Amino acid sequence: MDKEFIEIRWHGRGGQGAITAAKIVASAAFASGYAGVVMAPTFGTERRGAPVMTSLKISRTKIYDLSPIETPDIVVVLDHLLLKETDVTHGLKKGGIIVLNTPVAFESYGFKDFKLAIADITAISVEAGLPHGMVNTGIIGSLEKATNLLGIDILIKGIEEEFSTRGG
Amino acid sequence: MHIIENGNAAAALGVKLCRASVIAAYPITPQTPLTEKLSEYVERGDMKAEYIPVESEHSALAVCIAASSAGARVFTATSANGLLYMHEQVQWASGARLPIVMCVVNRAVGAPWNIWNDQQDSISQRDTGWIQIYCADHQQIIDTVIKAYWIAEKVSIPIMVCYDGYILSHTFMPFDLPEQEKVDAFLPPFKPEYALSPEEPANLNTVTLPDVRLDVRGELAHSYMEIRYLLQEDLRSTLAVAADAEKRFAKIFGRSGDPYIESYRCDDADHVAVGLGSLTYQLRVSVDALRKEGIKVGVMGIRFYRPFPDEAIANALKGKKTVIVFEKALSYGYEGALTSDLKSALYEHLAGTVTLPSVQNFIVGIGGREIRTDDLTQMFRAATKGRVSREPTWIGLKL
Repeated sequence: MDKEFIEIRWHGRGGQGAITAAKIVASAAFASGYAGVVMAPTFGTERRGAPVMTSLKISRTKIYDLSPIETPDIVVVLDHLLLKETDVTHGLKKGGIIVLNTPVAFESYGFKDFKLAIADITAISVEAGLPHGMVNTGIIGSLEKATNLLGIDILIKGIEEEFSTRGG
Repeated sequence: MHIIENGNAAAALGVKLCRASVIAAYPITPQTPLTEKLSEYVERGDMKAEYIPVESEHSALAVCIAASSAGARVFTATSANGLLYMHEQVQWASGARLPIVMCVVNRAVGAPWNIWNDQQDSISQRDTGWIQIYCADHQQIIDTVIKAYWIAEKVSIPIMVCYDGYILSHTFMPFDLPEQEKVDAFLPPFKPEYALSPEEPANLNTVTLPDVRLDVRGELAHSYMEIRYLLQEDLRSTLAVAADAEKRFAKIFGRSGDPYIESYRCDDADHVAVGLGSLTYQLRVSVDALRKEGIKVGVMGIRFYRPFPDEAIANALKGKKTVIVFEKALSYGYEGALTSDLKSALYEHLAGTVTLPSVQNFIVGIGGREIRTDDLTQMFRAATKGRVSREPTWIGLKL
């Protein structure tokens, strides 16, 4: 994907790491030459388990508008059950991409006007040796595969950097 | 080196680079992550400072006042009702001429309770004798903290570094992290002219009589009125000191700008939007949109709010048809405080020489009400076509 301006909205639950994931993608985007990256969580009502949202804007030039994304190109959903609580496609551009972590079969979803990419990140993450429910790194892989956003290598580097600076 | 962090982290890193030696703060949303970061730095030994946890904002500033009187470089931060609770000590700090730096992470004040952004908190402290600087992005936050210590210590006046709660404090964006050696070159260790010490006990800021009198050395000592006059004098000359700070900063860090105002596409503009903080950057998007329609507009962000750079502002607005002031605060019962300040500056410097611009006032984002760029553009466009209202116009009101 090579665009001047990309807007990605992330939907997750408090504690799932959606904000960390968005931050990793932000850092990787900046490292790959996007001068403008802004990651703005929606504020005030974050609680563990509650739906949370964060906006990630990626631009070739500095971003001056910090207001929330209204018409995303991509939405990333870390928990398929959020589909029952939130309209994750709200404002999504026609032909926009939904990246969804779900154990449910692809055929059971019928999004009109949008492209859907799914993976059972919850299961894959456990297979990869992560504790159950740790999906915020796996979803970055799905995002990349579905969109060719930045290239997987720079994202892996971003993941490594993010978690190497966290205290043990 | 560029890093991606949130605005609170930018402020905390600035304080660390400035080697503040005493920090006292009471956590309040959205300032909390800033004080958490600083306490982590101190705890881990990354910062050689004493972090003094206190039971209230009033005590936080009281501790800073005491430590600053003893010659320490101090820091505190707060928001909203925390700042209001501090108010008595806020006045004391400037009266006592202490170079304290405090971040105000702008938030709406209660009642009713609200944790989101507007600027009523710091604007309500406009007349306390503090210097107030507003930041529009993270680079400005970290750079302003560094400049603030230099300016405050030059003029012995405390400084509020103000930035929008959540919109800046919790939003991540890239900024250049200044190198420690450069900060050390810019900001020498704090050497106060006088520092309180146990070896030389003294009473500071005791009762001053209405008139001057001879002190213990037999010299004529200033009274309250002289002391307060000098605060005003020194605040006014702080504008020149801020220009020096900018030059010095540019030389060492290679970044510079106008110390007082930040103008965007104003030169040939007929209509100029004016505001404080991140809103002025958002308005750049409206300016670009309206320029595409052929409307000659620009936006001016005011960085220095107190002391008020009236002359620089009036000169920059000379010959404009319309000045549209977007504010996240209000002097209740009249209009936005910045609007009144601007009118005063325009009248003082331009009346009788040119046609004064028409000044309009829009109130936006009170209590964190989302500010949609399209709404800003629409109101901005309307204001260029004539006066929208005599009274301040509230954008996005849903009555």
